[in-house]
Amino acid sequence: MKILVCIKQVPDMESKFTIDGTWYNTSDLAWRMNEYDEYSVEQAVQVKEQVGDSDLTVLCIGPDRVKETMKKALAMGCDRGVHIVDDKAAQRDPWEIASMIAKFAGDKEFDLIFCGMQSQDRASAQVGIYVAEMLCIPSVSTIVDFQYDDANVTVKRELEGGVKALISTGTPALFTCQLGLNTPRYPTLPNIMKAKKKELLSLQADDFLEVTAAQETTEMFFPEKKGGGLVLEGDPAELADRLIQIIKEKTTVMG
Amino acid sequence: MKILLVAEYRDGNLLEGYRELLGFSSKINAETVMFLAGSADSLPDFGGTLYLADAAIYGEFNPAIHKGLLTEVVAKEQPDIVAFSHSSYGWDLAPRLACALKVPQISEVVDFKDSLPVVPVCNAKMRRTVKPTGSRYVLTLQAGAFPALEESGSTPEVVQIDGDYKTDITFSGYEEAEKGGVDLSKAEVIVSAGRGIGKPENVEIVSKLADKLGGEYGASRPVVDAEWVEHNRQVGTTGQTVSPKLYVACGISGAIQHLAGMKKSEFVVAINTDKDAPIGEVADVLVVADLQQFVPALVEKL
Repeated sequence: MKILVCIKQVPDMESKFTIDGTWYNTSDLAWRMNEYDEYSVEQAVQVKEQVGDSDLTVLCIGPDRVKETMKKALAMGCDRGVHIVDDKAAQRDPWEIASMIAKFAGDKEFDLIFCGMQSQDRASAQVGIYVAEMLCIPSVSTIVDFQYDDANVTVKRELEGGVKALISTGTPALFTCQLGLNTPRYPTLPNIMKAKKKELLSLQADDFLEVTAAQETTEMFFPEKKGGGLVLEGDPAELADRLIQIIKEKTTVMG
Repeated sequence: MKILLVAEYRDGNLLEGYRELLGFSSKINAETVMFLAGSADSLPDFGGTLYLADAAIYGEFNPAIHKGLLTEVVAKEQPDIVAFSHSSYGWDLAPRLACALKVPQISEVVDFKDSLPVVPVCNAKMRRTVKPTGSRYVLTLQAGAFPALEESGSTPEVVQIDGDYKTDITFSGYEEAEKGGVDLSKAEVIVSAGRGIGKPENVEIVSKLADKLGGEYGASRPVVDAEWVEHNRQVGTTGQTVSPKLYVACGISGAIQHLAGMKKSEFVVAINTDKDAPIGEVADVLVVADLQQFVPALVEKL
C-alpha cells in the first residue's frame, strides 16, 4: 500500500511577529511542523504499522529550512521524504499549493493521502480538499477518528458542539486531520538517527507549478486593539490584591 | 452585486447560522438568493428565492451531491459571491464548489475593507486583505464576525432543485456529544486552563482557584486533546458555550474557537505571559504574569 502525508512548516505561533510588506517577516522566527500535520503524520504511521507491507512518503513544499521539519516526520516513521524546493511557498495561495501536490501525486497511485485540516498560519482549510478534487478521489475533512480495514475506511468527522458524523469510504481517498485525532509520538533518539539515512528527494517547484494564483494578499496588518481592557503588570502578590479589588468592584461573585 | 448564501441543516433542523449570512449580505447591500439541502418543514426566515434540495433524497451531509446541486444554482443565478459559514459543513463544501467552478475561495472572512475580504493570519495575531482574481468567488464567514439579521418573519419563495449526482462516501449518522459530567453553562464563575499551564500537574492550581471563587474549572481544546482535562469541561466551538458572571482564562492564547465559546461572559480576566495574545481582545483585565506564581498568590489571598 502506498501512503502520502503532506506537511507544512509554520512559524511558532507564540512568536513576536512583525510585518514586512504584505506578509509577516520570516527572519528570526522559530519554525515547526504545522500542529494539524503532526496528527496526519501519526495517523499515516499508524496505518503503515497496521498494514505492514506499505510505503509512506512525506511531502513538503518550501525553502531549504523545511528539511528540518521533514526530518521530524521521517523520525516519526515516514519511509521517504519528497521536498519540493520553493522559496516562495509561504505566499503561494491554496490553489497553487494544491496543484503542485496533485501534480506530484497524479501518477503515483497513493491509496491513502493525509493532510492537516488547515495550517496554523493561513488556516484556509482548502488545500487537502482541493488535492482530492483535482485527483478525483473521495475526501473527508476534519476527522477525529480513523479506522482502516482491508481497503475500507471508517472515520468520524467532527461537527460543532462535540457531535460527530460517521462516514465510510473506500480507497484511494484523502483525509484532513483535526487536532485530537490521535497522540502524535515523540521521535526517539534511535529513530532520529535512522531518519538521517532515509531518502530525502529534492525536486524543483517549476516542474510542478502549472497554475497561477487565484488570489493575492494586498495588505497585512495587526488588528486594532479594542481598548478598555486593563493591563496589570508587576509583583504577583500586589497583582493579586489589585485583581481581587477589581473583581469585587466589577462583579457580584464575591459578594 | 448578487450573492448566493448556503444555509445548513442538521439532524432534521435548520441551523441558525444563515442569519449571520443574511447579516453579511445586508451589510454589503447585495441581491440575495439562498440554497439549502433541507426540508420544506423547516424554512429560513428569508423573503427571497430559496433553492431547496430535499435532504431526504440528497442527504444532510453529502458534499459531492450538494456540490453538484450548487453548481446548477450558480449556473442559473450567476452570483458574484457564494457565501458559506466557516463551519464543519461550510469549510468542507466551499472548496469543492470553488474547485468545480474554478474560482477562488477566501476562508474565514472577518471583515470587509474597500469591498475586499479580510481574514485572520497566525491564530488571529494578524489580518490580511485578500483580492480574488476574476469576477466570482466563494467565501466562508467566521462565526460571530457579522451580526445576525434581525427576525423578519418572512417566508421564502421555494424553488425545488434536483439533479443526478453520485456520492463517493457513505454517511451513516451522528454520534452525540458525550453527556454527563459538568454543565458549565450554569456556573457563575469559570476558571479555564489553556496550553500555557505547561504541564498536567498545573490543572490543580486552576481547579483550586475555581473552588475558591465558588465556580467550576474548564479548559481550552489543547488541554483536552492532551487529556489533562476531560472533554466535558471543554469551552469553545466543539465544547460548551458559556456565559458566566466571571471567566478567568489561565494561559489561554485566545484562538477563535475558544473565544466563540466564552465571549458572552460578563467579566473576563486573562492571565497570560504574552501581552499580545488574542485573549487580550476580549479580556476586561489582562494580568501579565506567570500563572504558576500568580495563581497560587491569588488563591492565598482569597
